[in-house]
Amino acid sequence: MTGQQTLALDVQGLSKRFEDVQALEKIDFQVFSGELFGFLGPNGAGKTTTINILTGLARPDSGSIHIGGVDCIAKPRGAQHLLGVVPDESNLYAELSGFENLCFCATLYGMEKKERVARARELLDFFGLTPAANRKFGSYSKGMKRKLTIAAGIIHKPPILFLDEPTTGIDVASARQLRQLIAKLHEEGTTIFLTTHYIEEAERLCQRIAFIVEGRIVRVDRVEDLLQPIQNNHVLQLAYEGGPQNLKELVAEESRKEERDLAFSAPREGFLRVEAPHPIRVGPLVRLLEDQGAEVYEARKIRPSLENIFVQITGIETGIMNKEKERKGGKE
Amino acid sequence: MKSWIAFWNILLKDMRTYYLKPPNVSWGIVFPLAWTGMFFVKSGRGLESLPLVLPGVVAVSVLFGTTSMLSVTVTFEKKNRTFERLLLAPLPLEVLMLAKTGGAIFFGILNAFIPVLMATFFLELPPVEWSIFIPAVALIALASTFLGLFIAVAVKEVFEAQTFSNFFRFPMIFLCGLFVPVSALPFFLRPFSYALPLTYGADLLHGSLRGEHFLPFALDFAILAIFCVVLFTLSLHNIKRRWIA
Repeated sequence: MTGQQTLALDVQGLSKRFEDVQALEKIDFQVFSGELFGFLGPNGAGKTTTINILTGLARPDSGSIHIGGVDCIAKPRGAQHLLGVVPDESNLYAELSGFENLCFCATLYGMEKKERVARARELLDFFGLTPAANRKFGSYSKGMKRKLTIAAGIIHKPPILFLDEPTTGIDVASARQLRQLIAKLHEEGTTIFLTTHYIEEAERLCQRIAFIVEGRIVRVDRVEDLLQPIQNNHVLQLAYEGGPQNLKELVAEESRKEERDLAFSAPREGFLRVEAPHPIRVGPLVRLLEDQGAEVYEARKIRPSLENIFVQITGIETGIMNKEKERKGGKE
Repeated sequence: MKSWIAFWNILLKDMRTYYLKPPNVSWGIVFPLAWTGMFFVKSGRGLESLPLVLPGVVAVSVLFGTTSMLSVTVTFEKKNRTFERLLLAPLPLEVLMLAKTGGAIFFGILNAFIPVLMATFFLELPPVEWSIFIPAVALIALASTFLGLFIAVAVKEVFEAQTFSNFFRFPMIFLCGLFVPVSALPFFLRPFSYALPLTYGADLLHGSLRGEHFLPFALDFAILAIFCVVLFTLSLHNIKRRWIA
């Protein structure tokens, strides 16, 4: 980011404690106008607490928040008109129709009748919800509910949009459509603060990412800069059957003897991951495994991703994140 | 930002969604009938005793109508997170909560007129002092609604709201001079009577419907207004402390 860009969000030393849990510990970050900023971390890391504080739904214990230049500690509700918020769970009225919900949310921002009706119709059309416009929100599917909740969040065309886990718990097609929408809103100049525990989603959409773990920000950087150290890394994954329990250690030892610059890991049973700063020759590696009694049936080149960086920085295995995805997906 | 658009639409939505639903409209009719019937059975007297119980029935209708509805709807919306949507709006909290309570206040006022209208069908009522009755009903509705809000902010579950409401409501029926004059209460209970807002509302209703009251109207109005301000301010304080914590 260049120094000429204006700040949409400026957060310094933000802390929050809930009884015996330190939810946020002096977090600092800045989001520039027009930026798509990712906030990545496992469940319980402090993502939703951060959003709640920034959107005026909670108060911090200490720290400063400036949104669009407004000091939100001095004026806790002073920047509400600048914000659109899409929470992790729907907060619309089950007994109102989709159209009524959107019109009602527009009235909360002082929109006149003609303007709100036109905007509600435009958004229903955009999200493909026009056929269900007069159906009660309570009867919508998960994907439809998510779309309408996002529509309600952007009904007043906010310059800053908070999206809390927007694609969690919805089908693949709807998630894809929502990601396209997020990209479109960003292209149109909306500043987006996106929390997610889908690493690939953050990698695909965001310009900068903050990693938050146990209430602490462990790294904030541009996606390209985060990926830079592993750009020249080569990763190969071998799938095998049989062989001794300590196969990884035996192969690593043999490899060291042959002075090969390879790093081995076992992501799960029956799989061996090999990393090197140069292209990896498959033949000798397969022979090495076969010499130890294992039968290799697949060798696949893996593209290094933000996931590797996340694991490196946070020490959190992505398996934990995946379990959380499934749990959250099933909950909604 | 045109706050009045938000204010009016929150009020309108609540009226449509909660207060003017058929079960609640029928509540407004059945509840005063049940109370009136209950006092006739208890007293064993005829229709001529209706003016005696009418102020009490009016006050109880407003009290129960407002506190039941508001404490439940706010707790329900808080639990369903729809209240969060309102808190995100760029509205001063005072305006938001006045809009949210406006429906219950209006519902309470409507509830007050139903027993009076019904009574006019049965007998010729003594002249009603409308200039006292109408503002008295409005202030009772305000105080009761803000009591409902105070209760709603203090609890988490809908059933807790009802239980906690009854903790306030039932003593009020017997201590506020609705059916038994405060002067007829045991001496040690009277301080409790004076600490309850409905005592002053009931005095105004007795004065406007029957011409009998023990405090000057201006004092009743002033004390009731103070109760309204205190209950609303306390509720706002608790919302900031508990819901935006």
